[in-house]
Formats: sequence, structure tokens, C-alpha cells
Amino acid sequence: MLTKRIIPCLDVKNGRTVKGINFKGLKDAGEPAELALTYMNEGADEIVFLDISASNERRKTMAQWVEKVAQRIFIPFTVGGGISSVEEAKFIISLGADKISLNTSAVREPNLIKECSQLLGSQAVVLAVDVAFNGKKGRYEVFVNGGTTPTGLEAISWIKRGVSLGCGEILLTSIDKDGTKDGYDLRLIAEASNSVNVPIIASGGAGKKEDFLEAIKAGADGVLAASVFHYDQIKIKDLKKYLKSEGTPIREEECYGCTNRKN
Amino acid sequence: MIAIINYGAGNIGNILRALKFIGKEALVVEKTFDLSHKVEIILLPGVGSFAPASEKLKKTGWFDFLKDWEEKGKPILGICLGMQLLCESSTEGNYSEGLGIFEGTIKKLVNVPKLPHIGWNEVKWISNFTSPWGESSKEAYFYFVHSYALEVTNNTTGITTYGESLFSAIIQKPNAIGFQFHPERSGGKGLSLLRWAIEELEE
Repeated sequence: MLTKRIIPCLDVKNGRTVKGINFKGLKDAGEPAELALTYMNEGADEIVFLDISASNERRKTMAQWVEKVAQRIFIPFTVGGGISSVEEAKFIISLGADKISLNTSAVREPNLIKECSQLLGSQAVVLAVDVAFNGKKGRYEVFVNGGTTPTGLEAISWIKRGVSLGCGEILLTSIDKDGTKDGYDLRLIAEASNSVNVPIIASGGAGKKEDFLEAIKAGADGVLAASVFHYDQIKIKDLKKYLKSEGTPIREEECYGCTNRKN
Repeated sequence: MIAIINYGAGNIGNILRALKFIGKEALVVEKTFDLSHKVEIILLPGVGSFAPASEKLKKTGWFDFLKDWEEKGKPILGICLGMQLLCESSTEGNYSEGLGIFEGTIKKLVNVPKLPHIGWNEVKWISNFTSPWGESSKEAYFYFVHSYALEVTNNTTGITTYGESLFSAIIQKPNAIGFQFHPERSGGKGLSLLRWAIEELEE
């Protein structure tokens, strides 16, 4: 049976991992490859990296850290953050990333989704969608530029459009829930997973083990979190044990990073 | 020495890095005449569709070369689309011919919730020989990305279920092994399995 995925997310700035809540008070947290390796050995099923650096050197630093990650970890990983052309997407995949994620640039130029999926295959293209609930209009809406700029786009129709253009997965972040630690936006997850036939990765709001279970029950194929893993509030191994005991299909192994190397 | 065939279908960097990590010497080869005498095992990777990949193998001369290689009893390892290409044929893009090293036709997965089948799924060992992941367990999880698969045949040693579909995850002959999943993306278990496959073929 296909298992549900546990996905730690790492923010990368100028080649270093940073920790912080809502982009405030960023602290250096080490090399992306080192942290990713730790997560792999703890049982992460996949890792998502978001490059939040804005400098002109971005492409160069990205090439360096993505390559290092590819040398160290042997589970799938996704790279996102500011990818705005097919060439850049192809370049990141050629460094060893399994998937790229598109966000703001895809809203500006939806054909980018199509071009990337035609060149790299749908399985390599993730559409990241940052969503907040608009109480006045009574609907979910899409935001860009790190969740700061409203687009007025209705979330579910944008997700459907993304899938029809060829993206193979949706990384769905609730801006309302992000950083709150009081659980994922279950209604949003349910609406998204009922409307498209590609995997939905839920993000934003994880605070305790039960939150992950609720997100999976609501329809998430993967559950993403950052701070609860970074600050060791939840151990991936413990989370997996818990989810399995609750009847969720989970990849559980005695030793995730063991290679039984014969010397 | 392992030669990874680069025939223009898929990212081979991750396989190369995985082999290096487990201490196996490997190189990437594009043309048949570049293949050195030091090469003992050929690794056929692949991502994408069967029909264009099969065409590319034919155009580059690898198709006949690999058939000949296998007929001489030399070892070959196929991963994902590379495993599918070792089989007789595929229905992907109407009909395409494979290398015919293993029996069976690759068909689209049916009665499944979503396609492609992406993610970690369980592989159950069904051979009488000891499982590659040890005596204690018959199951292990590996990372899959595919929409087509081979039914269970006489060569199947590992099976996987997705939705209501049951298919071959591992196929084996004395001088050939095929993995439908990606051992190079399957963490420690995947790397161990890759090492096991290389060592089986080295014998």
C-alpha cells in the first residue's frame, strides 16, 4: 500500500539553512546537506527546500548547496523558491533534485507549469499554492510573494488549472494556519483533495502529532512541517510510530539511513 | 566496473552518486564503442516513456548490443523504465518492442486511485531464497515513480500492490535483475539493495 509521506521543510538563504517563524528573526541553522541527512536518518520520506535568498548570487549558491544535498541524501527532494524559468528548473533537476516547485512565477505565467512538465515530466513539477481564507467573499484565495500579495484568484480553481497544465503535485500552504501550531486547515485540504487527482501535500499549522493524523484523514497524501521538526518538538520516528498505530500506511523501518556498508 | 548507459532518457547523476556511495566503481557510457573491457555489469536506467526510449536504444546501437551482451550471459541491471525495457514489449504508445531478456508485456496500471504511482510502497519478497533485506522480514519500502508495470511472471521475486493492482517490483534471472522502483532514491534500504544487486551480478 502506498504510504503517506512525512516531509520536513528547510528554508535556505545564501546557501545556509535558516530557522525563524514567519520569516522573522532568522537564525543560521547549518548546512542544508547536513540537516537533510539528519532528517533522512530519522525517517523523513522526502525533503522540501525553499530558497529564500534574493541576491544576484542566488543561482551560484543554489548550484553549490543543491549539489551537496544530492551527494549526501538518497531520498527524493524538492527545490523551490523563486524559480522563474524552464532553464532554471532544468538546471536544478540536473543537479540532482527530484522535483522543482513553482509558486509566484506560475501565477504570473501559468504556461511555465506546462513548459516545465513537458520538459521534465509531471512527476517533477510541484505547484506550491499559498492560500488564505477571505471571510468577506467566503472563499479561499491565492497569495504570492511569500504569502504577502493577494492575487484575487480563487484557490480551488487555480489548483485545478495547475493540474490541467501538468503539475504532478500540489504543495498547499495555509497562510492563516502557518506558524500558529494549532493544526492544519482541514477544510482547505479536503476541498483541494476532492477537486484534483494529484497528491496534495498539506502545509501550515502542525503543532502536535494529532494534527498530522487529522490532515491525512482530511485527504493529504503528504504532510509538511518545519518548526516542529527543527526545534525537536516532534521526532519524525515518534510521529511515524504514532501514525502507524492509528492505522495510517507509513514507511517504518528500524534504521532509515543504514546502508549495511561492508568494509 | 559498472557502466551506466546514457542513451538520453533520464537523469543518471543520482544513480552514479548512489553507486559511488556504496563503493562501487561506475562510469557513464554514451556509445557502444566507448565500452571498456573493464566493464563487467551494465546498468540500464531510464525515466519517461517506453516507446521513445526503445527507439533511442535502437538508434544508438545499444538495443542489439544489449541483446547480444545478455545472450553471452553477461550481467545487466535495469532500473524503472530500464527494467521495463528489459521485457518483451510495452503497450505504452500502442506497441513497442523491448529487449526480451525477461518475458512479459508492460501495461498501464488499472484499478488504481491516482496515476502516476508516486511514493513509498511496500515490496514483498516472494522467492524461496533469503530476501535481500535480511532473514527477519519479507517486506521493505522503496520509492516508485511510474504509470506502467509488469504483471507477476515466473521471474518475479518481489511484488507490490497499489490500489487493486498487483505487479512485479523485482524481476530476476541468473544474469539479470530489474527494479521497478528507484533504489537510488530509497534511503539506506535502497542503497543496501543496490549493493546486493551488484554483488549478485558480480558472482
